[in-house]
Order: sequence, then structure tokens, then C-alpha cells
Amino acid sequence: METTVPAIELRGICKYFGKIVANKNVNLIVEKGEILSILGENGSGKTTLMNMIAGIYQPDDGMIYINGQEASIHSPKDAFSYKIGMIHQHFKLIDVFSAAENIVLGIKEKGKYDLKKEKESIRTICDKYGFIIDLDKKIYSMSVSEKQTVEIVKVLYRGADILILDEPTAVLTPQETVKLFDVMRAMKKDGKSIVIITHKLNEVMEISDRVAVLRKGESVGSVLTKDTNPEELTALMVGKKVELNIDRSEPKNCEDRLIIRDLNCRNREGAKIISNVTFTAKSGEIFGIAGIAGSGQRELLESIAGLQKLESGEILYNDPESGKQENLRNKTPMQIRHLGVRLSFVPEDRLGMGLVGNMDIIDNVMLRSYRKGHSAFLRRKEPKTLAEKIIRDLEVVTPDAKTPVRRLSGGNVQKVLVGREIASAPKVLMVAYPVRGLDINSSYTIYNLLNEQKNGGASIIFVGEDLDVLIALCDRIMVICGGQVTGIVDARTTTKEEIGLLMTKTGGEEQ
Amino acid sequence: MDIAKFASFITQAIITGIPLMYGATGEMITEKSGNLNLGIPGIMYVGGISGVLGGYYWETYGDKTNAVMCILVPMLCSLLASAAMAFIYSFLTITLRANQNVTGLVLTTFGMGLGSFIGGSLSTILGSGTTVSLNATAAFFKKPLPFAADLGLFGKTFLSFGFLAYLAVIISIIAALILKKTRVGLNLKAVGENPATADAAGINVTGYKYAATCLGGAIAGLGGLYYVMDYVGGTWSNGGFGDRGWLAIAIVIFCLWKPDLGVLGSVLFGGLYIVYMYIDNLPRAAQEIFKMLPYLVTILVLVLISVRKKRENQPPASLGVSYFREER
Repeated sequence: METTVPAIELRGICKYFGKIVANKNVNLIVEKGEILSILGENGSGKTTLMNMIAGIYQPDDGMIYINGQEASIHSPKDAFSYKIGMIHQHFKLIDVFSAAENIVLGIKEKGKYDLKKEKESIRTICDKYGFIIDLDKKIYSMSVSEKQTVEIVKVLYRGADILILDEPTAVLTPQETVKLFDVMRAMKKDGKSIVIITHKLNEVMEISDRVAVLRKGESVGSVLTKDTNPEELTALMVGKKVELNIDRSEPKNCEDRLIIRDLNCRNREGAKIISNVTFTAKSGEIFGIAGIAGSGQRELLESIAGLQKLESGEILYNDPESGKQENLRNKTPMQIRHLGVRLSFVPEDRLGMGLVGNMDIIDNVMLRSYRKGHSAFLRRKEPKTLAEKIIRDLEVVTPDAKTPVRRLSGGNVQKVLVGREIASAPKVLMVAYPVRGLDINSSYTIYNLLNEQKNGGASIIFVGEDLDVLIALCDRIMVICGGQVTGIVDARTTTKEEIGLLMTKTGGEEQ
Repeated sequence: MDIAKFASFITQAIITGIPLMYGATGEMITEKSGNLNLGIPGIMYVGGISGVLGGYYWETYGDKTNAVMCILVPMLCSLLASAAMAFIYSFLTITLRANQNVTGLVLTTFGMGLGSFIGGSLSTILGSGTTVSLNATAAFFKKPLPFAADLGLFGKTFLSFGFLAYLAVIISIIAALILKKTRVGLNLKAVGENPATADAAGINVTGYKYAATCLGGAIAGLGGLYYVMDYVGGTWSNGGFGDRGWLAIAIVIFCLWKPDLGVLGSVLFGGLYIVYMYIDNLPRAAQEIFKMLPYLVTILVLVLISVRKKRENQPPASLGVSYFREER
């Protein structure tokens, strides 16, 4: 290589979403003609960082240099002018258009719009790199892999020299992944720089020349792939163990509360999202679930709560009051709730499930108990007492109980939600990402609440993303990867590296 | 029904269909950009009254015999006023990201009120009771093709209209061609289907939305102008336009967002709208049932396209949704 100027250089990039830090002081270099992997856990800011290069977001601080020149990228259009193209995880394609129409979309060329002529030049590109696509096929009738091919060709057709692929293999079968890697190597041979975002270590080792690791929004350095191994990368990715002072009591009076056997479930597109999941959650313990986002955690919890259609498997619940064993699979969500199984699910959109943003705290509390009333009019007295108790006990920062919850900060919304679920004294409490976006103090309040419930004999299922928290809070941790259980470990003896490796292990094959 | 009566029915169906055609084409262009403009009835109403204002001004202060100016002044007034109405809608929904349904309905209410206010004021000033008449201007608008009279029944049935009728067909066909055959059309459809994708492809989403909505509004406004100047012959009476604006929106659905189909759909709806006048001895109540036909047909089409689920026949995917790039 005759030049040493990097294709992209990032210096001190910061990006905030409200109070949440997505990227902090990130430095990164992409050399010309290399394949760079960006490795990091969920929420480590990989996609946000790349979106800033692709013009979707603007950095709040820091500089981007393209080929040594300072660049300001305000829109995807600007990114194209720097010959940068990004293939997003969620494809940006128009369903009712054909492949060719999607590829030529938005290109400003002088002269007549002649799709036939453009198709010919698209075919030249396809032949050059070995893509196989039917240009007249409509996107909505395409497979995921075909759509991805269209995306890549679209970027190449715009003359991109720097390609960013956001978790391209997440949606592909192993065979399709092999094909994609062949194409990537062909592009690299042609002198293009490729950035691939991933958290699959085996792919990192296979395809990339260099690996840059992000942890909690910050860059922790980069290594040459040939000089490293999966263990070292895992250590870089998860970082040193952080001591958290979460009180953890020994589990008491453990009985099998919830027995899950051979659970299988498919998503709407027919892809298998949970396969053969088997575990037992006990009373008086916190059972953690770790895994990369979208590994089936959400579907698993929803299955138990009766919100998900199952393909096969059993969900057995030992009722401590009657001593009988019930199969939740045959029950409606309402019946399951009556048994004392509570789901407190906190997806990205906190208010989407669980709370109604425009209603005040009292009314939101009442959403759980309105069936108890018998008259035609609402009685707000009891919910009001409960709402005030939640505000007092959990230190919810709010002007009063009559404030609409959407006006509260994320942490306080979360406290209201968890407080309400706990108030009904659940036998099984399922929480997913309960501290996402919360500050340290609020997080500890939530941990303490969960511990209280645990000591009270409830069975807690805790889906988390921060491994430090999982290890410090839970008693046992189940790791899932691609809808399969890759291991159940004792949280008191395990290490972050062990969990990290289990999280990236697919189909039982070791790297 | 004899041939002459049938021919006259066809003629009536066409001239009733023309205002709908303008409205439908305008709304189709608007909706292709993802904006569901329910303000179209109000915009068409304003398009009518502003044309009347322009015509009144020129008849009073200008040269009544100058055909070009007699046509140009009301037409420009109509185009500008309806584009301005659509601009209000665009600003509220695109820039301020207000709810599209609410904004559209408010605009219709506002347009109806504004039109009736101006119409009422004008007739009070003129002392002409409840109507305003612009005979000289209307005569120019109504002028048929010169050779129409020589072509017998055919000429009388299909060629006896004022120029605005032909313009409606031309605009609809041009709109269809642009949507199907040009880069601008492809980009516009992309904006309505998936603005995030269009944005990522480097298309100016906001620009396209504003342009399509304002242009669509202006075209729809011409429907109001045609109605007052040609259909009713230059007389304005408050509320005379009726529910034609809503019919135009129904045609958009009926014709599956295709402006070329819209030409035929508009004539069909025009025919359904007036068919009761061609059936002898129809009691008053039955007339109202007949007037319902276009809406019934629309519901039927909605049911059919929902059942068939053909992707190309669905409304633009992001119709009614505001676009904001940095939304997470």
C-alpha cells in the first residue's frame, strides 16, 4: 500500500441520547483495503457509532476524518459523497419495489431514467463480485439473504469504497454466511474497506484483519486478528470484573416453582426463535438469563406469560397454595396472572408495554386491580394508597400521584412499573432489562426490591444485559444463544469470560 | 332508455366526474408522499371561491372581453389559494409533525367556513341574494372545442366540454406517467412507502412531501374552479359543491392510488352520482339511496383489496405517519 492515510479516522467521538451515553470519547481507525470487525456487547454503542459515519446521527463531540480530510456528515447523502455505504441490520428497502428499483433509488443521474440500461450496469457489478440476484423480483417476495444482497449491491452501485455492515450474519444461515464472506473477500481484493459489526467471535476470527473492541460506549483498543484469540477478545469485550455491592442472600426454601420442558417457538416469519429450552426456576432464588439481545429472551418470557404461541413443550407451575401442578400452556394470560405469575417486561420503549403514558400513577396502578371492583364507578381510594406507598417506598420523584407517567424520567417510570408488579405479591416475577437506562441509585433500588421478593419466597426470573449485574445479583444464570440454552452456571463461581463465551456459542459448536 | 338520453347521461357523468378527477389526482399525488390529506374537500371549496373572487375582480376592474385574462386570473387565484391551503397542511404535518387526520379534517372545516364566508360576503356586497354570477368569465371557461358541433352525437357527447375537462384528463395521465416512468416518480413513491429508506438513499424527504402535497392541493383546487366556472356556469352558491371532495378521496382508494385508473373511476363515480336523475319516477327517498352508490362501491373495493392482500394494491406503507430522522 503506497499510502498510510487511513480511510476513516474517528477522534474523540461522543454521542448522547438524553442522559444516556451511547458513545464516549471513541477513537477508531479504518485502514484502506482491510476488513475491520467492531466487537462489543449489546448496548456497547457499535451501531450508534457506525450510524454517525453513515450520517444517520450526528456526533455531539469529536471529529471524523475521511482519507485524512476532516469530514462533516450530516445526512446519508453526505456519506455517499464520501463513498461510504452502510448496510443496516434492518434493511432499508422498499417492499413493493423490485430489486433494480431499490438499487437505483435516489441516484441523481442526468438524462433519461432508463431502468433497462441501469440494470445492465447493475449486472456488471454482480458479476464482478459474484452476487446472484433476480433484479425484477419484488422485495416482499425475497428471502432475508436475497434482501441483504440487494442492500450490498445498492451500496456498491453508488460507488462506495467503504462498506459498513451491521451484524450482517445475524439473519443468515451458515451457508449464506459462507457466501457473504466470499463476497466480502472479493470486495477487499478490489481495494474496498469493510467494517463489520458483530458479536460472533468465530466470524471475527474468520473474516477480519483487525478487531476494534467497544465496551460501554468507549473504545478499548484494537488488535490484529492474527495476533489474538477468542479468549483474549472476550476479556476485552466484557472488561475487568466490576465489584458491585449488591447484597445477595443464600436462597432459602427452594422448591421447584416453574418447570420449563423442551420449549419450542417460532416467530411470525416462521423462523425458530426458541428451540428445546429446558430449565427450572426455583422459589427463593433469582434465576438470571443472559444472552445477546434477540436470542429469544423476550419470546421465552412471553411464552410463560401466555402471550406467545408455542410450537411444543410444557410450562409446569407448582402452585404453593394448592400444591397442585398446573400446565400454563393451556391457560389464558388472565388465568396465568391469577396464579401469581407476573411479567414485568421492559423493552426499549418503556411505556409501550405495562404502563399508559398519558394516565397518572394512580390510574396506572389501578390497571392491575380494576377487576376487583363491583360497582359501575371507579373507586380510587385503594389504588391511591398504593400509589402513594410506591412513591414513598421507592422514592419516585414526582410532583404527586396525579402526574401522567410519561412526564416522569425513565428511572421513575420503571419504579412505578416494578412497584406495581411487586405490590400484588407475585409467586413468579419476570423482569427483563429492569435497569436499562437507569442511574446507579435507581438501579440499586430495583435490585433491593428484587432481593426482598426473593427473600419473601418468590421465584424471580431476571433477564439482563450487564454481566457484572447478573453475576452479582443472581443465584443461577442460564445463558441462551440463538434460542438455545448453551449453559446454566452458578453465579457465585462463574466468570464473565465463561458467560461471554457461552453467549456467542451457536448450536453447541466450539470456536 | 333511448340513445339520446343515454348519450346525455354519459355527458353528465363526465362533467360530474371532472371535479372528482382533479380532487382524486391531487390526493393521489399527495398520498404517494405519505401524506393523508383529508383537507381536500376544504381545499377544493377554497379553490372554487378563490376562482370566483379572481373572476369577479377581473370582470369588475379588467377587460371582460380578453379571453386569456378572464381565464388566467381566476385560474391563478384558484391555484395559489389551494396550494396555500395545502401548504398549511404541509407545515403542520411535515415540519411540526402534527397528526395528519386531525389537521386534514380541521383544514376541511376551515376551508368550508372560509369559502362560505367569502361567498356570503360577496353576494351581500353585490346584493344578489345568495348567489354570485360571473357570466362573462364562465362563457370562456365553458367554450367547447371548435369542431365539436360538426361531429354529431359523438362530438356532443365527448367533445362539448370546456378546456378544464380535458386538462383534468391530461394532468391525470401525466401524473400516472411520472409515477410509473420517471426517477421523480420512483423517489416520490419511495418517500410514501418508507421515508427512512428514501432518506438513507439520499432523497430529500421533506422536500418531496412539501412539493407533492402543495402540488396535489393546487390540482385539487382546480376541481373546485371547474365546478363553479363550467359545471354550474359561473354562479357561486354556498354549499353547492356538496360532498364531492369526500367522493374524490373515495376514488383514490377505489382506483388503488393510480391516477390513470382515476380518470375512469371519476367518470364512473360521476355517473353513479347522477344516475338517479335518469331513472323515471324515482321517489325522493330512493334518490338518496342512489346517491349513496359511490360510497357503497368504495366500501366494496376496500373489502376486496383487504381480502386479496396484493402488495401493490395497498396504500403507501407509511401513509399518515410523520417522519423524523433521529427517532429511536
